[in-house]
Amino acid sequence: MDIITLAEVTGSISILGYGLAALGPALGLGIVVGKTVESMARQPEIANKLQTAMFIGLALIEVLGLLGFVAIFIA
Amino acid sequence: MFQGVGSDMLTLAASQPELPGIDDFMPPEILFQGTPFAMNRIILVRFIAMVVILLVLGITAARAKLIPSRWQGAIEWLLDFVRDSVVYEVMGELRGRQYVPMVTTVFLTVMVFNLCGIVPGLNIAATATITMPLVFALWTLFQYLITGIREQGLWKYLKQELFPAGVPWPLYIILTPIQLLELLIIKPASLTIRLFANMIAGHLLVAICLAFTQFYIIEASNHFLAIAGIGWFGLGFALTAFEMFVAALQAYIFAVLTTVYINQSYPEED
Repeated sequence: MDIITLAEVTGSISILGYGLAALGPALGLGIVVGKTVESMARQPEIANKLQTAMFIGLALIEVLGLLGFVAIFIA
Repeated sequence: MFQGVGSDMLTLAASQPELPGIDDFMPPEILFQGTPFAMNRIILVRFIAMVVILLVLGITAARAKLIPSRWQGAIEWLLDFVRDSVVYEVMGELRGRQYVPMVTTVFLTVMVFNLCGIVPGLNIAATATITMPLVFALWTLFQYLITGIREQGLWKYLKQELFPAGVPWPLYIILTPIQLLELLIIKPASLTIRLFANMIAGHLLVAICLAFTQFYIIEASNHFLAIAGIGWFGLGFALTAFEMFVAALQAYIFAVLTTVYINQSYPEED
């Protein structure tokens, strides 16, 4: 039996992959930033320290999304 | 993609805008072709940025006065920012003092190289290919390895990194390879990828907006489309401003992570 093509996708499918790869980091970033803002509202006097910690966490999460972005060019 | 707008409405001079692609980051060589010193546009941008940094900092330092002018104040604010809010904030003053020159170099260089992406005429971030971020990441890698070995000795350092205390021993079978991978590959690779992927993404976003601006305002023969072009131009303008922010943010993140990684090489006091 021949394989019948019902639907065809042209172009780079890795772009869809990037969309999926952005989902997880997006949730993570939302939680990190939200919690930091919450803590800053509770204790404004340590806002600077919280901000530094937030940026470190932010950077570690961000690289996950960027891995998906790089995969577009590799595939 | 744009057929949905009503393709009969679009009687266009050129049927497609010239979208930027990955070729932007592999420009043809323009100087010393065929030698190991072959230069392309991006490397030229790096040299220009380097000369600008050296001249600006050198002239400011040579003319430094006790009562700073406004320009000297701005430069000093930048240097103070790196020292106080990056290095001393993470490491403390006693430990951090010797790393201030390195982190300042990394921060200023990465920031100026990033900002090249929005300077008209240069138009590409000097950190937008993998080599430049990789150099900085390798510098960080060697710095934290050397610091760890100097402060703790090779065996104690490896023991702290690969066999973290307080873990039941069967877990070391899984944990140790992961820790080794993180120490030697994931840390520098994530520094590299974060920087250059951010710069590539930023360049593509701005360039796509401006390509559509050019397409709708100048090349499209239907003049009503100029309204869409103005929209694209506004977006391109906003993204350029956003890129300025991202350039500084990425430099800050690179500097903070460098400091954090070096700080992790010190013995954990408890």
